[in-house]
Amino acid sequence: MKGYLVALQAITLREAQRFVHQRGRFLSALVRPLVWLVVFAAGFRAALGLSIIPPYQTYITYEVYIVPGLCGMIQLFNGMQSSLSLVYDQEMGSMRLLLTSPLPRGWLLFCKLAAGVAVSLLQVYVFLAIAAAFGIEMPLWGYVAAFPALVLSGLMLGALGLLVSSTVKQFENFAGVMNFVIFPMFFLSTALYPLWKMAESSDLLRDICAVNPFTQAVELIRFALYGQLALWPLLWVILGFVAFFGLALLGYDPAKGLRMRRGPP
Amino acid sequence: MTALSVQNVSYAYGPKTALDDVSFEVGAGRFCALLGPNGAGKSTLFALLTRLLVTRRGRIAVAGHDIATSPRSALSKIGVIFQQSTLDLDMSVARNMSYFAALHGISGRAVQTRIDAALDRLDMRERAGEKVRSLNGGHRRRMEIARALVHEPEVLLLDEATVGLDTAARLAITGHVHDLAEAGLTVFWATHLVDEIRPADDVVVLHRGRVRARETAGSLAGEGSLTDAFMAMTAAEAPPSVGGVP
Repeated sequence: MKGYLVALQAITLREAQRFVHQRGRFLSALVRPLVWLVVFAAGFRAALGLSIIPPYQTYITYEVYIVPGLCGMIQLFNGMQSSLSLVYDQEMGSMRLLLTSPLPRGWLLFCKLAAGVAVSLLQVYVFLAIAAAFGIEMPLWGYVAAFPALVLSGLMLGALGLLVSSTVKQFENFAGVMNFVIFPMFFLSTALYPLWKMAESSDLLRDICAVNPFTQAVELIRFALYGQLALWPLLWVILGFVAFFGLALLGYDPAKGLRMRRGPP
Repeated sequence: MTALSVQNVSYAYGPKTALDDVSFEVGAGRFCALLGPNGAGKSTLFALLTRLLVTRRGRIAVAGHDIATSPRSALSKIGVIFQQSTLDLDMSVARNMSYFAALHGISGRAVQTRIDAALDRLDMRERAGEKVRSLNGGHRRRMEIARALVHEPEVLLLDEATVGLDTAARLAITGHVHDLAEAGLTVFWATHLVDEIRPADDVVVLHRGRVRARETAGSLAGEGSLTDAFMAMTAAEAPPSVGGVP
């Protein structure tokens, strides 16, 4: 058991160091949601009227509404970034170091995932602190309650990234991932507009948004930030994590994975 | 005693056969060269030996552990150096090695002792604090070999470990690895360069996915040179490379 924890610690530390050293990545991870918060939300607050919907107990400004969605966005991008670095590691060969370790492959991939989640938590809390500095504050208890929610949503979105990395062979194909995974997931969710707003334009759109796992992650975070547990999203997020991680493990299984159909690894 | 056993192993990428009924054994403490031209199936065989790929056709055992039924025991007995470098250039030599040790679940005081011992074996101790990026190609390879020894494996697998190195570095690496074999480690060395093999070494000649010969380099060469013997076996279809010149 000790050996397992040693590997987890080493992989997490390495991922964190990598992240801190890549200042550009750190900055862009922060600037992206802040641009949405400051520029996009400022423009939209006039155009969008929001009624009182749970967990909010009073009228809120649009900036307040999109904060949980932006937390989710940070984790979504972080999951894809980890996925990208995994594909890079595969192409450069350093992934083999991980895959030829005698520790179970599932555990090592989970370590990679956990390391990515740790990095995303760091990003989210720095973002929340800056948002608070701009006056967009959550209840104090909400920051604590959001922690387990963020861990779960991070795990689910990270597992999605892992799944993507097990199917994408080349670095170049990642533009497709942006177009077909990140953007639809983000825009077809409750990150930017509540479901009832979506329903105003189309019921179909609302249904798609409702089943989008990213919506569930955002809602889990949203309720948690106000100290409330959203049971249904919690269930979905856990299910999503199990499904994505299970499929990713299958993708990385040397006997069953897609690798089998490729050339020499 | 057999350190590495490959029995009737076949592998195909879809309709393309990469390995066809490959069988051979490597005795404990032997230096065995896997000699074959490019495209012979060496990398596929290495992927199977390290469980990056698996096959249902045939059996592979490392130090007595079947890689299909007890992969973790088998992998813990293997030290592997891939053709492509797997180093983190921005970490120091020592950090690269301790990260590797952690991936093998080794921790505590044992790590430093083992790292020092492994670096000593490759004459790399004084480089422990340097960043890998500042090392030349030969030293990077030596560091990778030292790293592969940290978990004290019984079998060392090297896939074209001298590719891209100059003659002096190539000689140094080949010498170091032969020393390791003399000290009791089993070495399985894939190459297409005949001059890296000594007469007493075992040789498995792989060509187009099939084993063409299994004997010592000396007896394979016979009266002539190993190059001639190798060419006779493979030249009709693919010219061999000698001395790093393809």
